Order: sequence, then structure tokens, then C-alpha cells
Amino acid sequence: MLRVDGITAGYGPVTILRDLSFQAAPGQVTCIMGRNGAGKSTLMKAIMGLVPVQSGQISLSGVPVHSLPAHKVPLQGIAYVPQGRRLFGPLTVAENIEIGLFTRKKGLQTRNFVLDLFPRLAERLDQVASTLSGGEQQMLAIARALCLEPSVLLLDEPTEGLQPSMIALIRDTVLRLRETGLATVLVEQRMDTVMRMADRVAFMAHGRVEADVARDQLTPDSSLFQQFVGV
Amino acid sequence: MAAVLALTAVGLSLVFGVMRVVNVAHGEFYMIGAVVAWFVTYYLPFPPALAWLAALIIAPLAVALIAALADTLVLKRLNYDPEATIVATIGLLYMLQQAALTFYGSDARPVVAPFQWRIQLPWFGYSGYKLFVVLAAAIILVAVWVFMTRTKAGLVMRATQVDRETAQAFGINVDRVYAGTFALGGALAAAAAVLIVPIQQAHYLMGHDPLLLSFIVVIIGGLGSIRGTLVAALVIGLSDGVISMFFSPTLAKIIATLLVAMVLVFRPQGLFGARA
Repeated sequence: MLRVDGITAGYGPVTILRDLSFQAAPGQVTCIMGRNGAGKSTLMKAIMGLVPVQSGQISLSGVPVHSLPAHKVPLQGIAYVPQGRRLFGPLTVAENIEIGLFTRKKGLQTRNFVLDLFPRLAERLDQVASTLSGGEQQMLAIARALCLEPSVLLLDEPTEGLQPSMIALIRDTVLRLRETGLATVLVEQRMDTVMRMADRVAFMAHGRVEADVARDQLTPDSSLFQQFVGV
Repeated sequence: MAAVLALTAVGLSLVFGVMRVVNVAHGEFYMIGAVVAWFVTYYLPFPPALAWLAALIIAPLAVALIAALADTLVLKRLNYDPEATIVATIGLLYMLQQAALTFYGSDARPVVAPFQWRIQLPWFGYSGYKLFVVLAAAIILVAVWVFMTRTKAGLVMRATQVDRETAQAFGINVDRVYAGTFALGGALAAAAAVLIVPIQQAHYLMGHDPLLLSFIVVIIGGLGSIRGTLVAALVIGLSDGVISMFFSPTLAKIIATLLVAMVLVFRPQGLFGARA
């Protein structure tokens, strides 16, 4: 269980997240929705240790992670797919996967698992990552994160800019991973995707989670979407 | 000259490429390498070849240690801010220079070549050691290339070069990568100095010329591009040698500077650099 308890975080003197709390349970997809500037991506970065947490606590299965240096957070079992994928563009597909396996002593089994999950990557191992299509880049970003063998997966707008067939593929993959017991935190702007994937939805505004509801309490015409996302 | 310049410039380019730090003290790493080589060959009671070989191992290691310390104690604390690190490395330049002046003195001192061997052709003779320098520099450069492209450490350095923040999200200790890169850059400059010091002499002000030429090379080749650095080092090293020999060293520097100006005007990213 990933727990975020009352964190305040930001960049230097600028505070973005204010007393924010939420949690993500194993085997569930927790969606984070909110307008641009609500602090969704900053929350992802704060969990990964990439944005300093000024107060509050982030813990994974009871172990605090907010005070760890950023490079030790993934060792605790938290993997991150950043907004815009942020692949190592000049490196090949195989090298990106190898970076994902950097902390693993024996990564062959994991490597095979992610290549089975995304067979198209297996066909393009020697291709430079920046030359892949948008959908393939997103597959690689997810595959690279899964190489960490995480118990929590943070996905920051993974369907952004993708064609419908790729969105469906990413969606199916996330749902398959959910079956393995992975706790997934998904930042998403598309209401239809959220309605199909989420177990819980947290609505953010002004650096706080203002509403946290179970998916089955939501309908597409819920006022929460209008209030916090504007759709 | 071109071979040694390539080694020095690759070190500078590597540091900029991975860390985005313009290391103004790079020439002083070269100088310290030469000075350490003099101390090792002077004080070790070995035959010249063995003493020089010891210097080729000890000097790069010593300079790598100094560079790693400088990274940890100075650059890391500045959070690798580009402007601040330029000022800091200028300070480091003077600290290293004055340390050499204090402990080594102001004399230029020769290091005995590991072997005295001359290739005698019918129409002219050529120093066998100079040919050895070219070969040794080429071997070291190939080793650097293999390290960067074929090893896990090289892969980690390249990933950090592309995206420092994302690298951390995959368990890469960026501080350690930066310290290692700065150490490697310094070690390459020191290795170049050990190769050249039997031809020139060890002197506490000898870092200026290689620094200037290294900057010229990496600007022409493209900051951060090892391939561009090698090509530019060959062009600048050869032209500097030939023009200095047949005309004057000043003219060689004027032409090199003019070349830099032309590159900056017509291709600011350098011949092989990526467009920003």
C-alpha cells in the first residue's frame, strides 16, 4: 500500500502540493484527475523523490520513502513513467531496457516478461528509441519501468497524444498488470479512460486532493468531472 | 600533438557532455599530470621505461582522485549550475596552479623518455617515441570508446547525459556518475600529459595551451560529441603543428581561433554536435 499523508512539496520557494493525502492499494488502479497546474505531475515527482517533500510522509507498506535520495526510491519498488515518456532518446530499445534493469542483479526473466508484454519492442531492440512511433515509445517507457519489478507503478498521462488503437493497448496492459496485484497510480485527463480503468478516482485542485471516490460511485455525468476537470 | 590534443579534448568534451560543466581547470589537470609524472620518474629508483610506465598509471589515478574530490567538495555543492561551475573551475585552476608552484617550483623540468629510438629513413629520421605517443593515444581513445559504448558504466553515463532526472528514477546515483565522469576527464588529461612530457617539459604554467586548444577542438567538433572531438583534434592538432613549424605558433593560434569564429557563425552546434 502506497500512502501519502499530508505532504507539502514544491520547487524551491514555490509550494505546489499543500497538505495532500491519498493512497493506492495493491491490485487497484487509482486515477488522479485535475486541471492543468493542479499539481498532478508534481505529486508523481514528489513520490519519486524528484521534488523535495517539505512536510508530511510518503510510505510504501509502512516504510517511509520521502526522506530517501531519489535514486533509492525505485529500489523500494516504485516505478515511474513520466509525462512525455522521457525515454533515453539516443539509446536503443535494448539499452533503455537495460537501464530499467540497472538495479536488478538477474534481470533476464524480467526482460523476457516485458518483451512478451510488448512483442513489438522485441522486434526493435536495436532501434534508437527516439525513432520509434509515439505508441511504441509509450510501450518502451512502460516496459522500462516494469523492469524495476515494482509493487507500485506511477503513470503520468500515458495516453497523451496517442491514436485510439494505442490507447486501447496501453489500457489493456494496465488492466492486465492490475491482475498481478500491482498498485497503479494513473494521472489521466480522459474521462472515458478513467471510467474504464479506475478503481478509485482522486480529484485534485490547487495542490490538494479535494475528492477521493470509488469508481462505482461515479457516472460520466458526475458533477465532479465538471468541477475538477471541466468536462 | 593531434593525438595528445584528442585525449585532452575528449576529457573536456566528456565532462561537458555528461555533466554540462565547462571545466576551465581542465588544463591544470593536464599540468598536474605532467608534474606528478616528473615526481614519479625522478624519485622512483626504476629504469626510465619502468618509471615512465609507473607515471602513466600513477598520474592519471592521482588526477582522477583530485578531480573526484573537486567534484564532491565544490561542483556538487553548486548543484552543477552552469554559470557557477565556470566560476568555480576558474578558482580551481588558480588553486592547482599555485599548489604546483608551491610544491614543484617555477622551473620547467624534463622527464626522461622511456626509450630512445629513432626511425631512420633514407631522407629523414623521426622519433620513435613520437610515433609511440600516437599509438598509445589511439589505444587509450579506443578504450574510452569501448568503455562508453560497450560497458554498463558507459551506458549509465550516456543515460545520465540524456536525462539526469529520469536516470535517478531508475536507481542511478547521479552524484556518483558525475564524480566518476569528472575523474575520467581529469585522468584523460593527465594521461595525455604523461605521454607528452618527455617531448615537452613539466611546468606549472603548461596547462594554458592545451586548455585553449581543447576548447577550440570541442567547439569545432561539437560540445559533448566524442566523434566530433576526434575529427577536430586531428584537424587542429595537425594544422597547429604544421603552421607552427613552417610559419609561426602565433599564426597557428590565429587560424584556429578564426576557424572557431567561423564555426560559431555558420554552425554554432559544431560540426558533429546536436542542435539545441
